[in-house]
Amino acid sequence: MPDINEIKDYLRNYDGEKQVIMEVCGTHTASISENGIADMLSPKIRLISGPGCPVCVTVASYIDRLTELSLTADTTVVTFGDMLRVRGSEYSLRDAAAQGASVRMIYSPFEIIKMAKEQPDKQFVFAAVGFETTTPAYALLVEQLIKDKIKNIRLLTALKTMPEAIRTVYKSGTEITGFLAPGHVSVITGHSLFEKLAWELNVPFVTSGFRGAELLAAVYALVKLSGGRSLNLYPSVVTYEGNATAQETVNRYFTPCDAAWRGMGIIKGSGMRLRDEYAEFDAGSHELTQDKIFNGACCCGDVICGRKSPDECPMFGKSCTPDTPQGACMVSTEGSCFHYYINGRKGNY
Amino acid sequence: MLIDEIFRKANSNPVLDMMEDSAVVDGSARIAVTTDSFVVTPLKFRGGDIGRLAVCGTVNDLLMRGAVPKYITSAYIIETGADTEILEEIAASMAETAREAGVSVIAGDTKVIEGSGGVYINTTGVGFVNDGVNIKSSNCRVGDKLIVSGNLGDHHAAILSERMEIENEIKSDCAPLGGMVENMLRKGIEIHAMRDITRGGLGTILNEFASASGCGFEIDEEKIPVSQTVKAFAKILGLNIMHMGNEGKLAAVVSAADSERALEIIRSSRYGENAAVIGEVTDGGGVVMKTALGGRRIISELYGEGLPRIC
Repeated sequence: MPDINEIKDYLRNYDGEKQVIMEVCGTHTASISENGIADMLSPKIRLISGPGCPVCVTVASYIDRLTELSLTADTTVVTFGDMLRVRGSEYSLRDAAAQGASVRMIYSPFEIIKMAKEQPDKQFVFAAVGFETTTPAYALLVEQLIKDKIKNIRLLTALKTMPEAIRTVYKSGTEITGFLAPGHVSVITGHSLFEKLAWELNVPFVTSGFRGAELLAAVYALVKLSGGRSLNLYPSVVTYEGNATAQETVNRYFTPCDAAWRGMGIIKGSGMRLRDEYAEFDAGSHELTQDKIFNGACCCGDVICGRKSPDECPMFGKSCTPDTPQGACMVSTEGSCFHYYINGRKGNY
Repeated sequence: MLIDEIFRKANSNPVLDMMEDSAVVDGSARIAVTTDSFVVTPLKFRGGDIGRLAVCGTVNDLLMRGAVPKYITSAYIIETGADTEILEEIAASMAETAREAGVSVIAGDTKVIEGSGGVYINTTGVGFVNDGVNIKSSNCRVGDKLIVSGNLGDHHAAILSERMEIENEIKSDCAPLGGMVENMLRKGIEIHAMRDITRGGLGTILNEFASASGCGFEIDEEKIPVSQTVKAFAKILGLNIMHMGNEGKLAAVVSAADSERALEIIRSSRYGENAAVIGEVTDGGGVVMKTALGGRRIISELYGEGLPRIC
């Protein structure tokens, strides 16, 4: 690999075939925006954001179910911060809280155990949203619930897995020439998963770290690689086979299922649900597949699939800003619209 | 009882000790007035407590207009169940901070309401503004230099660490900034605009300066002072240093000619040892950051609550 300055020069002056590189991971989107990387590339290299923001791909019926539960007597919905502001078909959890619903924001899934033990006569529902990265924490939570015989915590799950979503995006009519494989997901799944996808789709994948220089090196590698080649440029953290312990723990409590993605519909085998033997810990997650876009002009679906850059949406920065979000991608701190807006990132289309 | 035993005792001075319905004090031709309410969980945190915060927040707001802080009032709203020992500590800390900041607490009030041990404090501050001092957000001029008085993000990271029960060495930077401001004013530094970097962080302040003055800012990521621990903490949680709050740092826009001298003065004042010139005022709109990697990005104001991301 050439040194960083040679990479910068190469990417700035690149004049070969048009490159369209999708960063699948929301944290990559954040880092690319924060480092001003899009501004450092030749107009022939376009970076597009993929479906890697867990909040953004959550469908309206899931949020509706959460708000309904939060308004139920003696029930508290517990969630990470981002979920509070995302609207379902009509309301967000924050709207529900304003109407007297019980909603608590936490930083670690294990805080809910403390709450449940302190208030044994109350019911707690955890909004378990996330990808391969976050699911092991939920599996450990279920393990702890069983061990401590805690009966007043249930999970409302919207857990998703990447491979089928990446296949769907790639086949949906984008011009993608390479994928930045999701770094955090790779820690769990291993690079091998993306090596297989690269072969199957005949498009290069590079697993990258999150620092600016690492991302530039990964973009350089993707421009240079062709066909079904792949590279792991994050070997200090990502192994070939991934974290076997985490995978085993997840498989003990969860099993693959079809999942609904905002803007993409139902994708077969792209989710995880609690196994039947642990159904008592589920707060009614099945069949939450209906979606409703609350503003018809919102391009979230096209943005999530990389068919449109956020700034190509006619509402972007006008009627849709972080203060007046019209879609989840502008709400979430991992959302691509949010990052394009707050960092002034341009689509380079 | 509560008033006399805890609050008056802690803040004893001739005006307060008269215990009249209102305080009558000397004035000035130009006075600065500000008021702020303080709500923080936990009440005590590494590097400070709500009492120190309630003085620093108000005193610093006076200082940012070039005022010399003179008086503050303090009104407590205390929920039933609040621990008397903690109240005593808060009152003592408030009194000590007021002494450090050179202000007298000249009026106070206490109300007790139903609740579960919470304490909320409102302070109003009065300062005197000398003739010729004219510091305001709309005064930034193209070519002016931007100085920040020290490491960003400490208070935000300290409070979040306490709430998340994360053990680390991060302390709140909660402090009155009278020393550095008075030194700059006394030595005739031409300060055009100044803000203390609290909620919303530096990013929000610079956007407010830019829109009030009809100018832009260009700042250099590599020059922004931030401790390694806070930098790592922010990275892990997905927080942006530019949007993290402090309680003892200021951003000053000074004339280019005075900038090196101003930096020296701040660095040799208390709480200013890590100060740095990090950018300048431009004629473009908005706030642009040259990233350490060599790219450019826009710095927006803070949106949302600055919450940690999911993964």
